[in-house]
Amino acid sequence: MPTPEISTNDPSVPVTNHKPKPGKGPLALLVATRKGAFILHGGKSRRKWKLSDPIFLGQMVHHMIQDPREPQTILMGSRTGHLGPTVFRSNDFGKTWTEAQTPPAFPKAPEGKTGRVVDHVFWLTPGHATEAGVWWAGSSPQGLFRSEDAGNTWEGISGFNDHPMRDTWVGGLGDGTPDGAKMHSILIDPRDPNHMYIGMSGGGVFESTDRGADWKPLNKGCIADFLPTPDPEYGHDPHCVRLHPMKPDRLYQQNHCGIYRMDRDEGAWVRIGDNMPKEIGDIGFPMVLHPRDPETAWVFPMDGTTVWPRTSPDGKPAAYVTHNGGKKWKRLDRGLPGKHAWMTVKRQAMTSDSHKPIGIYFGTTNGEVWGSRTEGKKWKCLARNLPHVYAVEVAEHLK
Amino acid sequence: MKVYVPSALRSYTGGEDEVDSSGATLEELLRELDRRYPGFRFRIVDEQDAIRPHIKIFVNHDQARDLTVGVRAEDEVSILLALSGG
Repeated sequence: MPTPEISTNDPSVPVTNHKPKPGKGPLALLVATRKGAFILHGGKSRRKWKLSDPIFLGQMVHHMIQDPREPQTILMGSRTGHLGPTVFRSNDFGKTWTEAQTPPAFPKAPEGKTGRVVDHVFWLTPGHATEAGVWWAGSSPQGLFRSEDAGNTWEGISGFNDHPMRDTWVGGLGDGTPDGAKMHSILIDPRDPNHMYIGMSGGGVFESTDRGADWKPLNKGCIADFLPTPDPEYGHDPHCVRLHPMKPDRLYQQNHCGIYRMDRDEGAWVRIGDNMPKEIGDIGFPMVLHPRDPETAWVFPMDGTTVWPRTSPDGKPAAYVTHNGGKKWKRLDRGLPGKHAWMTVKRQAMTSDSHKPIGIYFGTTNGEVWGSRTEGKKWKCLARNLPHVYAVEVAEHLK
Repeated sequence: MKVYVPSALRSYTGGEDEVDSSGATLEELLRELDRRYPGFRFRIVDEQDAIRPHIKIFVNHDQARDLTVGVRAEDEVSILLALSGG
């Protein structure tokens, strides 16, 4: 992949190989839960946290994320137990919300054919830094959508949704995760808005170099032990895929079958989870990268043995960090419950800020939000008794 | 005709639990409501024009299975949330 650098004076535009400056300003956590959304304000110091009142109480909010190009803007994907999926936008950092005029939806099928239906909008990604107003959305079942008007109207990306291989790649309705197959980890190359990756559970990691017009699987080296084929080209289950903004040809993923890293010039995923402690294993949902160090990443392992409890191994939650691209991992559990904590951290529910040292945050299925101002060396519970947490994202550069 | 609006949809109708609409079929009735209350229809009818699984629509006392059901000015249409969850 060529590495053209973007020439710009806009400080919001990431330029590869340039280490971004640490953030210093006030920040907040955008917490999406099964029963509404919340904003946790952490100020500049990140020492005292103030929880907002619930936003859209009772709605299932799958993802809520800030627009880094317009920091007061937030998008949210939500539905309720009865009502269909939609997208809401706030231009005043959560004070008021406007519903999308045309939410993500598949095309109407011809008479006599069965058409797909968006069950929920699972993932939202702001577009490239140079493309104000562009957003991407991933749905369950797997569909890719784009908005070019800041989330007001959405159109399906035919290059994926109607791709002749789409159904083969993702399998049938029974081939997804228990609460619905998902399109997630929509990643935009900071060097080139036409170069993208997606992750699908199930389906695998896919790449497009033409803004989504065509896609190719990118799963070489990654195990899929739930499939009969020893080295399948697709059908994998990436749980969370990350691209390093300073080194966009470095990808990481927490997969259903381990933790992996890929340097594109090597062309295959390497299972760096083999270096995790054997009693912990390398199964989990989220993965977080250090914004200024492509060698540093965090994971939050879960129990993937027997019937897949998907809880902290042995009831003892911990994050693990690597500072050398996955060669070695270190346990980070100071401040976390030492036993009887059967929590799960979902794939969108762990993130970092850009301060120095960076803050790491995660939300749990039992309604807690935890944070560390010390890159995971010590953890503190920032909120508890919330509903089941689906996603936690950091918002910075606030007024 | 009168249309009963469940609590989950009253954010669209300004809090009204009962609104008037018109049309010869449920499809026309819901299109009219969506024109007045943007977003209303898609929350209860999917992109394949099917009534969503946990939504029930009754015309008087008869459950409508699809949007082709005819309606008259004197009918009462009820949009209900099905029992679900736990």
